[in-house]
Amino acid sequence: MPSLRTTATEHKCVLDSCRALEAEGFKITYLPVGSNGIISLEELEKAITPETSLVSVMTVNNEIGVKQPISDIGALCRDRKVFFHTDAAQAVGKIPLDVQSMKIDLMSISGHKIYGPKGIGAVYVRRRPRVRIEPLQSGGGQERGIRSGTVPAPLVVGLGEACDISQKQMAYDHTYIKKLSQRLLDQICSSLSHVIRNGDPIQTYPGCINLSFAFVEGESLLMALKDVALSSGSACTSASLEPSYVLRAIGTDEDLAHSSIRFGIGRFTTIEEVDYTVKKCIYHVTRLREMSPLWEMVQEGELI
Amino acid sequence: MTSKSQILKLYKTLLRESQKFPSYNYRKYSLRMIHDAFQENKNMTDRVLISAQIQEATRNLDIIKRQVVLGQMYSTEKLIIENVFDKV
Repeated sequence: MPSLRTTATEHKCVLDSCRALEAEGFKITYLPVGSNGIISLEELEKAITPETSLVSVMTVNNEIGVKQPISDIGALCRDRKVFFHTDAAQAVGKIPLDVQSMKIDLMSISGHKIYGPKGIGAVYVRRRPRVRIEPLQSGGGQERGIRSGTVPAPLVVGLGEACDISQKQMAYDHTYIKKLSQRLLDQICSSLSHVIRNGDPIQTYPGCINLSFAFVEGESLLMALKDVALSSGSACTSASLEPSYVLRAIGTDEDLAHSSIRFGIGRFTTIEEVDYTVKKCIYHVTRLREMSPLWEMVQEGELI
Repeated sequence: MTSKSQILKLYKTLLRESQKFPSYNYRKYSLRMIHDAFQENKNMTDRVLISAQIQEATRNLDIIKRQVVLGQMYSTEKLIIENVFDKV
């Protein structure tokens, strides 16, 4: 039976699909990530066996924003003759991607993540060396049997235009988002202590910042910040009361995982929105900490 | 033949139309983009490039006008950020 290698921090849609494959008899290995959220190339290399047929590693993580070493992984997979898939939903149009130089065989693209319409996505499938895929559904046999069904033309045009705009604006957007991201971080960290950034601070996409505020309960903070669209965890895990599995994978303490907030900054975010969010965040974290007995102990030097 | 006053007029028209966006984020984005794009290209001297930029600006003006009308048809409440006077 062929086997797959993926990471423990993949998007739930990948992890769930892997679980479904496991039920069909595939062997899946979920590779651990470091405390900075980045996968170890040595671990991946050791994990690839002759039965491995596919490696799937996301380009940019949706919860903590870390960038995986895609070029290195691609080179490794090409060398070992293993297909390489990357979930690039959070990366397309935001960071430069080149399927040739990064040796990507399959890439998942999401329309609404790059300001395109909802309900459309795309998958890049390499031609040389050929990647053969089975259709999701049978039917009319369009596109040489790969894609039965009718393509929603208006949505596709929307996706195409969104990609075109992203291509032209990538550098400008990146500079702008980095500026706002740095502003948010600087203001929060200069006014509050015991703030931990989850995920590597350098190998990261600046538009996704995940911070843990020690001695503050996450859901209380979220409710206090109800004017701002924030999340602890991600949309697909919002129904669950458990802390994020991504934070668990990077070794975050359970308490800190519960008090984490993900700040998302995008093309349309304004400086005023960042300043407002920061101000509210500082105010409410301070207020909630004042109500915490643990915080009192820390202040008096009884806890580290 | 494009003159400085023509370009300035185009710039002001773009800004004026952008102010009509009911959506806070689109309005702010549009104003920022217009300012930054004109600022970046202010020292351009190549006539061909300038005329291409003007074409692009005119195309974007049409987009703004269309989207303003659509936005006004389906507008929503103002965001909290639009009403804030320095209170937390």
